[in-house]
Amino acid sequence: MSATRAVAPPQESPVGAAGRPGAPRRRGGTLLRHLAVAVVAGLLLVGVSYAVEPFRNFQLATVAAYLCAVAGLTVLTGLNGQLSLGHGALMATGAYTVALCQNAFYDRGLTGGWLLPVSLAAAVVATVAVGAVVGVAAARLRGPYLAGVTLAVAIVVPALAVTFDGVFNGEQGLSVPVEPPPLALGPYFPYERWQLWVAGAATLLALVLLANLVGSRYGRTFRAVRDDEVAARLAGIHVARTQVLAFVVSAATAGLGGALLAVLAQSVSPGAFSMTLSLFLLMAVVIGGLGRLAGAVWGAVLLVALPDLSHSVTELFTLSPAAAQRLEGNLPLAIFGTTLIVVMIVAPGGVQGLLSRLGRAVLARWRARRS
Amino acid sequence: MEQGLALHHIGVRFGGLTALDDVSLRVPPGRVVGVIGPNGAGKTTLFNVICGFITPDSGSLTLDGRPLRPRPHRLTRLGIARTLQGTGLFAGLTVLENVMAGATHTARAGFLPALLGLPRSDRDEERLRREALDVLDGLGIAGHADAAPGTLPFAVRQRVALARALAARPRLLLLDEPAGGLGAEDIAELAELIRRLPRRETDPCAVLLVEHHMDLVMAVCDEIVVLDFGRVIAAGTPDDVRDDPAVTDAYLGAEVDEAAA
Repeated sequence: MSATRAVAPPQESPVGAAGRPGAPRRRGGTLLRHLAVAVVAGLLLVGVSYAVEPFRNFQLATVAAYLCAVAGLTVLTGLNGQLSLGHGALMATGAYTVALCQNAFYDRGLTGGWLLPVSLAAAVVATVAVGAVVGVAAARLRGPYLAGVTLAVAIVVPALAVTFDGVFNGEQGLSVPVEPPPLALGPYFPYERWQLWVAGAATLLALVLLANLVGSRYGRTFRAVRDDEVAARLAGIHVARTQVLAFVVSAATAGLGGALLAVLAQSVSPGAFSMTLSLFLLMAVVIGGLGRLAGAVWGAVLLVALPDLSHSVTELFTLSPAAAQRLEGNLPLAIFGTTLIVVMIVAPGGVQGLLSRLGRAVLARWRARRS
Repeated sequence: MEQGLALHHIGVRFGGLTALDDVSLRVPPGRVVGVIGPNGAGKTTLFNVICGFITPDSGSLTLDGRPLRPRPHRLTRLGIARTLQGTGLFAGLTVLENVMAGATHTARAGFLPALLGLPRSDRDEERLRREALDVLDGLGIAGHADAAPGTLPFAVRQRVALARALAARPRLLLLDEPAGGLGAEDIAELAELIRRLPRRETDPCAVLLVEHHMDLVMAVCDEIVVLDFGRVIAAGTPDDVRDDPAVTDAYLGAEVDEAAA
């Protein structure tokens, strides 16, 4: 093929159709754009919180907490190419930190609306510290070795909680005292609605920051390092530093997610952050679509919906209580695994990849009909 | 003071194998220097020494007379950019993003502005985007800015790789077999392009070229260094090198047995 032909502009590039190729696709500053989306989502959430029953509010709050962790993991695994089987442990770090902070505050008789934000921030800081240590090790490892080390983290952290039971109260875990909704919201404000507001606000904040970062040059270097480390180094990118940064960022969100879970459950125990949780998080990332923040929503919804789903499936059969319990315990894993396989075959880009492909197809048809 | 890049008596051994033996060469500003030699002559090792992927066992490097201890991710800051064999593009980034990634060392906005999405980060990105588009435009491939590299013909990908290196605004460009996999017509255009680089008005750069393709090397180089079994067996202008019997022998293999002994 001749170079002149080869370098001729493509007939119609899918994105460039809107204007000159390489033109910024969106108008307005990054912060304003992402804040606007977050405000709309927040208002929607408030609306929903009034429309649905308290239990659904609680479930949605749980989705928000998982979403935080899944979104961070999708950045690490999808965009930076680092596999982590240890994010459940990072969530545990955040959860225990928030529990210890809240207990310390209450033991000193402190009250006020500022306690929870401070505890959540402390949880993020603690997880960032742990994430930095694991991240430095991770940056030296590849593939199965990285998986092995993060797996070890997933197993060690809950075990630590049991070993040092003077601080963490062993298998029993800790309770997490949380303030009731502020009185300004009225005396009969449902607690679950307040939970959704808190979890939703924290998660939206985390998502805005993640989206900012992913859209910036840091997102680009994350992906460049994932695609070709040698070329990345020659492009002036410090590969190890980039990998540690990605790990720390995703650890921070995992810590926040775990802290929110603890706040929602008002307790924390090692059993809630088992090895299975780490696997579930990773599966949620893949099912939602690797590296897609929007896809993390689907993954998080699935994480919360599955136990519910398997409970209703179990109720369809008449089983002995023991068999029913075993079925209900294992069904989520089976369903999750099956979904994972189906998604990988049908839509390698995950649910979000499938949706955006559908969206583009509909848009193209609509354009074709108009012209 | 000696301007440009200079290698002084570089030696590299891998176990018992001598990959480079007392290699000295110089790339002054404004020049195109070619390194040729049969397979296994040590050409890529030489590049890896300059880029800091390999630390030489003996000898030293200087840049503008100052000692140089290269590290790969610091190269672009020193004004040195390198292309890789077979393009080495980031498959998951668009063409434009690939080129923007090449200018990473010029980015000024730090982590916090990026995390908060502050206008400072946006302005920095906008500047990088504009500059990357200019580079793509200069190579005639701006129309592909939004494409994924994998969807493009090899000749275009090769140019994207070149654009990514040029986006770093190097004073010295290292080209690792840029003609590999190209057709005759593409090679002629590439030659024209390389010849222009040291003489262009904005960001002129010297070129060090490793290449198998003799026509390209003869056409673009001011000076040629011939490697064989890790040693410099000839150096000079293209005409000098072409007529050097040691070179023809090395390429035709007449002295291979003797040299190996």
